[in-house]
Amino acid sequence: MERQPARFDMAGDCTRRGFLGAAAGAVAATMGVVATLRAQGEEPLAGQGANGSLRDPTVAGRSRNPTSARDNDEAIKRIEQRLHCTCGCNLDVFTCRTTDFSCTYSPELHREVVALYDDGKTAQQILDAFVVKYGEQVLMAPEPGGFNLLGYLLPGVAITIGAVVLALVIGRRERRRSLALVAAAPGAPGASGAASSSDATPEELERLRRALAEVDD
Amino acid sequence: MTLLGEFSLWAAVIVGLWCAVISFSGRWNGRPELAATVTRSTHALLFCLLAASLALWQGLISHDFNIEYVAAYTSRNLPPYFIVSAFWAGQKGSLLFWAVVLSLFGSLAQTLTPRRYSDLLPYVAGVTSAVVVFFVGVMVLSANPFDRLAFTPPDGRGLNPQLQNVGMVIHPPMLYLGYISITVPFAFAAAALLSRKLDTGWIHAIRKWTLVSWLFLSIGITLGMWWAYVELGWGGYWAWDPVENASLLPWLTMTAFLHSVMIQEKRGMLKRWNLGLIVGTFLLSIFGTFITRSGVISSVHSFTQSNVGYFFLAFLVIAGTFGFTLLYTRWPLLEAEASLDSVASREAAFLFNNLLFVGIAFSVLWGTLFPILSELVRGNKITVGPPFFNRVNVPLGLLLLGLTGIGPLIAWRKASPENLKRQFFWPVLAGLATLAGLLAAGMRDPYPLMALALAGFVAGTIAQEFQRGTRARMRMHQEPLPIALGRLIGRNRRRYGGYLVHVGMLIYFVAFAGMAFKREQEATLKPGQSVEMRSPFGHTYRFTHLGISQYEALNRIVTAGTIEVTKDGKSDGLITSEKRQHVDSFKRPTFEPSTEVGIRSGLQEDLYVVLAGVVNGTEEAVYRFNLNPLVWWVWFGGMVLVSGGLVTMWPGGGPTIRTRRPAQAGYEVALDGRTGGQADRRADGTAASAV
Repeated sequence: MERQPARFDMAGDCTRRGFLGAAAGAVAATMGVVATLRAQGEEPLAGQGANGSLRDPTVAGRSRNPTSARDNDEAIKRIEQRLHCTCGCNLDVFTCRTTDFSCTYSPELHREVVALYDDGKTAQQILDAFVVKYGEQVLMAPEPGGFNLLGYLLPGVAITIGAVVLALVIGRRERRRSLALVAAAPGAPGASGAASSSDATPEELERLRRALAEVDD
Repeated sequence: MTLLGEFSLWAAVIVGLWCAVISFSGRWNGRPELAATVTRSTHALLFCLLAASLALWQGLISHDFNIEYVAAYTSRNLPPYFIVSAFWAGQKGSLLFWAVVLSLFGSLAQTLTPRRYSDLLPYVAGVTSAVVVFFVGVMVLSANPFDRLAFTPPDGRGLNPQLQNVGMVIHPPMLYLGYISITVPFAFAAAALLSRKLDTGWIHAIRKWTLVSWLFLSIGITLGMWWAYVELGWGGYWAWDPVENASLLPWLTMTAFLHSVMIQEKRGMLKRWNLGLIVGTFLLSIFGTFITRSGVISSVHSFTQSNVGYFFLAFLVIAGTFGFTLLYTRWPLLEAEASLDSVASREAAFLFNNLLFVGIAFSVLWGTLFPILSELVRGNKITVGPPFFNRVNVPLGLLLLGLTGIGPLIAWRKASPENLKRQFFWPVLAGLATLAGLLAAGMRDPYPLMALALAGFVAGTIAQEFQRGTRARMRMHQEPLPIALGRLIGRNRRRYGGYLVHVGMLIYFVAFAGMAFKREQEATLKPGQSVEMRSPFGHTYRFTHLGISQYEALNRIVTAGTIEVTKDGKSDGLITSEKRQHVDSFKRPTFEPSTEVGIRSGLQEDLYVVLAGVVNGTEEAVYRFNLNPLVWWVWFGGMVLVSGGLVTMWPGGGPTIRTRRPAQAGYEVALDGRTGGQADRRADGTAASAV
């Protein structure tokens, strides 16, 4: 019984050129597909993102505007460092706007500072304007005047008084002790021989004092 | 397991109350059989709280999101080591942590305290158990970590991104350990007052405990600074935040105590003051907890506002009344055994040092509470931030630094003018030379200038102490330099460990002074663009933006900005700063995007890079660049300080019989034997005090 050629046996009907051309096409197509798949699976290298855009900007935090020269202005920075951000954090406006990038208050406060500064206001005038608008708590530290002076001065005054009292008390005790020693010294008026607790000579006592001082050192 | 946790908490309340009651009543009524059960009761209390802790661990590890605490602080994709830290990340868990550690300390105090102080131990158990009962009481009444939800969410919220940092795994427990262990010295002080055994016994019994507390607080505060620096992204490490201040307060009073207690040990003076300091330190630790947990003062570190603050306020009042009433009633028993001989004495220097420590503590407390006072008095809300604290505390800190150098140079009792001249010459010269060098280098800022000059003076003092001690050993024992230095420290651990702590402090001050010269700049860069900055040390850094990459990690989607750095024209590697969007296991965002700072730390300065954001979803990025001088030295200073503390508290190190005898013989020979009795007595005392 004659065997029928298999339907899929195409080689017998195909020329060598045709076969090689088809094979080359298949390999090229496969490589293309693989390359495409690899490109889709790969992380974009730093600085080589497609069209300079991020794959998912929504996870990169709040979108930022490009910085201006005003953002790095030392005078404005110094003013902002004296102003408390109103977002509820404990930071000053400069630190908050350059740290808490989700805060919407500090950029707005920064714009207010810049506007006032550009109007020719001095640092103190800008601070005063902020106090008028937001209240005294907008200052990072209260102005040292009136009741606030108590805040600034009390610790220093308390320590100074404590130090003076301490020095006076110790000094008075030192003088009393010296007087008592003089009164108890042999030969002093009213001193008895029994007042001396030791029969050591003054030279020996001096040697003892020096020796003790050395150990204490 | 939550049932076991609940049951264990209630059992802890009952056992703790029993322990407190029998401790006091057994001691007061002269029933030693009751007092004898105290130790076992403290162990039982620990067992109950360990069982409750295990129940919470089990809930955390098994993701039992039906427990409200587990759902609030963990998620399925939270890395395991952060599940560990979730135990103390929230209000309720941290209360349990506090209670279990305090009961552990209470139990250890019963076990480890030498038997010669056994008279004090029942009262110690009573006080520690009463404090544990308070914490467990707060939990069961108001902040139960085993509270269940009405439903079981499929995933938890996860840990706050700012807490997902290795610093937060270690920093809070260290700080808690410091706060908690303060209770033990307080308990011993209360025991000494209650039992009227007010000799130096209780001081010796708590020496190690006070050092342990102080060490843990020091480590906790330094790690807190490190966490704030690497995680919060504002470029500094100390912001005078109320919670930071609250951790500093007990550290300051504890440090004052560690100094003044030496005067009580050597001269029998300052008994009232030392007891007051211990009571005050304990109250300040509770005050810190109140500040952190009440929400009465806003802070970036505080827990969610809740009503537990009222409990802490009440406890603060009760503990303060108890402590100071006890002190008042025993006042006549606390007479000093000697008086100060001279202003020019080490005792007086220690007194001034104490005045400054307590003064600074008052100043920090005053500043922290001043907004409340102002609102009460004037009805005006004010902010008291870093400018206030710096203005008030920097001069006081500099004075303290000066005293750190002066104290060791003055002799005990009374220093003669010749002695003062001999002692001060080289350290003062070192300070003046530092000042001249800095002025010649062009430094003009007064505070950093003073800080660095004083640091030079203190370094001179410490170097002189080590040099003289080592030279004396080399001469007396014919030892080579390294052995003489090693034995000098090893055999006088308390004194030279203390000097190492001073070295750590002066390194801190130098590093703090460095931050006065920090540079910062914001810049918007497209890939390939760069910005240049010049550091205070004269180096020129160029930061080139390479681009932005995005990728997914375990529980977050990361947007990373990469910066290429050159230093003085030479390549200095890459720094990456990230924006992290944390997500749960269903990829749902859990928190606002957080920022991860890129830091290159060096001996001279840190390069601190923050990715502020991207412009309109492109690779154009806004960065903040900081050059922070000498920050590395803050962490190094912390390590030196802690090492010094460890040397100080290491067991042993006192004089041996062999080393003590020649000293006594020396005095006898010097006095020609004629005043031997007096000399022996003095020599004993002095030899003991010299170590």
